[in-house]
Amino acid sequence: MVTFYGENISSRMLLGTAQYPSPAVLAEAVKISEPGIVTVSLRRETAGNNAGGEFWELIRALGVKVLPNTAGCHSVKEAVTTAKMARELFKTDWIKLEVIGHHDTLQPDVFGLVEAAKILIDDGFKVFPYTTEDLMTGEKLLQAGCEVLMPWCAPIGSAKGPVNPDALRSYRAYFPETTLVVDAGLGRPSHAAQVMELGYDAVLLNTAVAKAVDPIKMAKAFAGAVSAGRDAFEAGPLEPRDMAVPSTPVIGMAVFDSP
Amino acid sequence: MSKHILVRGAGVAGLTTALELLRQGFEVTLFDPAPAFAKSASWLAGGMLAPWCEREGAEEDVITLGQRAADWWEEALPEEVERRGTLVVAPQRDAGELKRFSARTREFEWLDGEQIAALEPDLEGRFAKGLFFASEAHLDPRKALPALMAKLEGLGAKIVHDKDPSADEAKPQFDLVLDCTGASSDLAGLRGVRGEMLILECKDVRLSRAVRMLHPRIPIYIVPRAGRRFMVGATMIESEDDGPISARSMMELLNAAYALHPAFAEAKIVETGVGVRPAFADNLPKVMNVDGTVHVNGFYRHGFLLSPATAIQAADLAATTLKGAH
Repeated sequence: MVTFYGENISSRMLLGTAQYPSPAVLAEAVKISEPGIVTVSLRRETAGNNAGGEFWELIRALGVKVLPNTAGCHSVKEAVTTAKMARELFKTDWIKLEVIGHHDTLQPDVFGLVEAAKILIDDGFKVFPYTTEDLMTGEKLLQAGCEVLMPWCAPIGSAKGPVNPDALRSYRAYFPETTLVVDAGLGRPSHAAQVMELGYDAVLLNTAVAKAVDPIKMAKAFAGAVSAGRDAFEAGPLEPRDMAVPSTPVIGMAVFDSP
Repeated sequence: MSKHILVRGAGVAGLTTALELLRQGFEVTLFDPAPAFAKSASWLAGGMLAPWCEREGAEEDVITLGQRAADWWEEALPEEVERRGTLVVAPQRDAGELKRFSARTREFEWLDGEQIAALEPDLEGRFAKGLFFASEAHLDPRKALPALMAKLEGLGAKIVHDKDPSADEAKPQFDLVLDCTGASSDLAGLRGVRGEMLILECKDVRLSRAVRMLHPRIPIYIVPRAGRRFMVGATMIESEDDGPISARSMMELLNAAYALHPAFAEAKIVETGVGVRPAFADNLPKVMNVDGTVHVNGFYRHGFLLSPATAIQAADLAATTLKGAH
């Protein structure tokens, strides 16, 4: 169980709904992995007047809490407008806030992000900001009123996994009380397990499942890894040491370090 | 006296279905309120008969239903099918996409840069690796659709544009109605998926087969047409908006064409097109009887590829239905 803005969510895996071979495959992936939340991108799909009504119906029919996002928004204004549109469409004040700095790298524009978060929180939104692992940015987002932080572990869609585990560890240590979600950059279930072992509250992934050769099986694999990683964190893993440690005393040898 | 069937919708689904009905000995009237394919998503299609490439983003049915499509089209319209295979390439930094693509499909061979240049000399030195699907084919929908229409007329089908003949109470009813109206149908479970394409005219590039350019977010294909023209497509957006192409989509399509060959920068944009593809949740077509009307719909991006198989299914269903009625 994990809590976002006072709401209890049963699974620590959050799943994006873009780029699947078909909505039917997405539905199967959701059924087998039981994510706590699904995210939905609005920017392109609402570009015209006839936003994909049937597609939204398919998303609603998944029966999972929906977190709309502002993926593809490059400015504060665009992100704020998209968030408002999402609130209308999905009747939710939750918004995953993305303000993208550059189309090619999909790196978050953290300055725009903090500004947009302020505007949206003043307007009653509950903001889930997609950010980097920069500590000061995280602090500014909390000051703005965010109760969740979602640092990347690698660029969106890169499938690299945690490129800077030390930074993720510091981030967890620096924000011990905040709900933290690793968002973006996960490629394999082992990556998800790794960040969950660090004590992150949840992970958000999309491409790693949607673009897998078998998305349904990959969704299942990630669900298992997220839950294994969390269990390991709660169980308290051993800290690595430089020397081997025999699990039974070595007969006939003094077990003390020699001087 | 042979049974008389009305087919609504003269896109690729309606035309292929009408031909299969004629082959089974039915009398066929084809109705479409829009003349000259003006409202038909098929008019904007790539016309790729590429079941193995499409498997990358679709279920296995796309192969089982689509692998005989090129034969069907060649038999129906011997002049129109280009059996030259499909070439799949990726920019250097997206080379991983080729591996992913290959893992989701089959019936291809890996090519190196020299082999790519042997197939498409204008791409020499541009790509180090590629995939070649030798048994795939393509056609030009803007030649195939009118040719098929003419063939139907030659076989005795009646084509009506002004008003739905089944709405005329004074005249005898049809024995059966087949609905192939695509995205304009209000069939339950059908959604629209917006697609945007453009046609470039470029004197400096020659391609002789469909080329797909992989990219993690913006995969595109370029299909050569007569007169040094190239169809560049196509976006897939979950929206039923059929308004003009967006600036972003235009940039993405052009950018990908430019990445395939820089000479496309000097191409003329002779047309942009936007259509709404009809799709069910599994993005596969269905043939089904709903309250006495047989619906053939949900082709998504596979109209030319999958309509031959569904046309045969629909004609068989029509025959069984009408037989059962007596």
